[in-house]
Amino acid sequence: MSNNLIDLEKKINSTLTTNIKKSEINFEQLYIEIELKNIISTILFLKTNEKCNFKQLIDITAVDYPQNEKRFKIVYLLLSHENNLRIIINIEVDEKEIIPSITKIFPSANWMEREIYDMYGLSFKDHPDLRKILTDYGFKGYPLRKDFPLTGHTEVRYDENKKKVVYESVKLDQEYRNFDFESPWEGTNYIKDKIKTNKNND
Amino acid sequence: MTKKTKTMNLNFGPQHPAAHGVLRLILELNGEVVEKIDPHIGLLHRGTEKLIEHKTYAQAIPYFDRLDYVAPMNQEHAFALAVEKLLNVEVPARGQYIRVLFCEIGRILSHLLNITTQALDVGALTPSLWGFEERETLMTFYERVSGSRLHANYFRPGGVHKDLPMGLSDDILLFCESFPKIIDDLESLLTDNRIFKQRNVDIGIVTKQEALDHSFSGVMLRGSGVAWDLRKSQPYECYNEFDFKIPVGKNGDCYDRYLCRMEEMRESVKIIKDSILKMPTGPVKSIDGKITPPKKEDLKNSMEALIHHFKLFSEGYRVPKGEIYTAVEAPKGEFGVYLISDGSSKPYKCKIRAPGFSHLQAMDYLLKGHMLADVPAVLGSLDIVFGEVDR
Repeated sequence: MSNNLIDLEKKINSTLTTNIKKSEINFEQLYIEIELKNIISTILFLKTNEKCNFKQLIDITAVDYPQNEKRFKIVYLLLSHENNLRIIINIEVDEKEIIPSITKIFPSANWMEREIYDMYGLSFKDHPDLRKILTDYGFKGYPLRKDFPLTGHTEVRYDENKKKVVYESVKLDQEYRNFDFESPWEGTNYIKDKIKTNKNND
Repeated sequence: MTKKTKTMNLNFGPQHPAAHGVLRLILELNGEVVEKIDPHIGLLHRGTEKLIEHKTYAQAIPYFDRLDYVAPMNQEHAFALAVEKLLNVEVPARGQYIRVLFCEIGRILSHLLNITTQALDVGALTPSLWGFEERETLMTFYERVSGSRLHANYFRPGGVHKDLPMGLSDDILLFCESFPKIIDDLESLLTDNRIFKQRNVDIGIVTKQEALDHSFSGVMLRGSGVAWDLRKSQPYECYNEFDFKIPVGKNGDCYDRYLCRMEEMRESVKIIKDSILKMPTGPVKSIDGKITPPKKEDLKNSMEALIHHFKLFSEGYRVPKGEIYTAVEAPKGEFGVYLISDGSSKPYKCKIRAPGFSHLQAMDYLLKGHMLADVPAVLGSLDIVFGEVDR
């Protein structure tokens, strides 16, 4: 399987050349990094090229790195049934950048992009129906951003007098406690050595 | 006197027995013909991914039971595999066999629920009564091994929590003897049943291409004739040591998917039997004390074990930096975990890829032009559980 993967990496690098910022193979999976502007052409190439045949979109997700200059990373996971390979595409994006939607290439991207819009507040261009999907009707904020508190901002309860469910801001009897357990406790040496030798063997 | 017919909007759910949980559908109907479906999901959203980011790796596992709560261990499996790959830990052979054993029990649990409730949705009550009795037996196996019927928290990175208790494997073998008869009985009720066929044959047809485009996996993909099963094509754990077949459908309709599930249960019984007969002896979890907790009795005698125990249950173990996607063939399809570790003892990001999410998404396209009565039939054959769709 890993031979195919190396061939694929070569193929992609030779065809897309400068579009690929970085490519590497970890855990028998191919990771590539590209620019936002090349997203449509790259995914279209991966889907239609005979050697690649990544005909199925597995998932799209985002990761928040508040300390980075470009705060978010969008991740596309593709699968090729014919070649039995997976590819993971990483793209760094800024908070305000608008991401081209790939719903025209993969119809199933629809909800996945809606989820990112809902959870991270990133927008997509040419998306047919960009609405929130998982959070409550009228929910404010982007829950999966690192600066969103775990407890959220509002809580609901049934009000007996008003005979309806009311929204109130969260009242905690005790502050949310995040214990710092970090210590210089490291893994055992023989494991580190093993990891090192394994990496060298690869 | 001509009256212009207008479409009617109908709200289906979220509290409806045929909605399989908390699904709200906004249906646009022209008479009885469905023109558009807009599923509203998220009514069971609990923020699992956010919670996992705030917990150690060991504490994250119980959340996976609560995703697809009819086959809990299959979900734990995906997460455990991801963590193990990042940690570079090997699971001992016995641990692997026990995992396969319980994954297949989970598959039967899930398929039994799906087949019988699908039958219930189209009007057959008896299958669910028969099927649920068997589910109860299977859940006692879960209980005997993990202490709880549903939320097992049994698979851990590095292996499984405990070895099988005495006599459990004999009881599972007995079940394997009696269960195929139950499948036959269910088949005699449904497979040739005229009403069941009228409600399911040629309903919700998915072609090969459409199944790929809509990110279908599992039975939804195999029902349309794509022979793809991660247990065979990208074997994880010790699945390559087992001999089983992958049932594939022909027409991609609800009925074919039902047949696939029936056949998969028979294959699962075979795997369960095999895994018990072939099961080697030895440890069930990694012997590395930095990953798996020590035995209770060691705590009284060994200082090292005591320190390990304290550190594992306060800080947890640290996982080397890296990102990884692992997928398992859960009963409902490809269940994946995309895990990013920043080198600390908590995951930096854990994205859960639930098969039901993409299946439910296709509702609109699957049901356009169908009758209102087909909505529950198709919904039933999609095998939706809201724990995993809403996360």
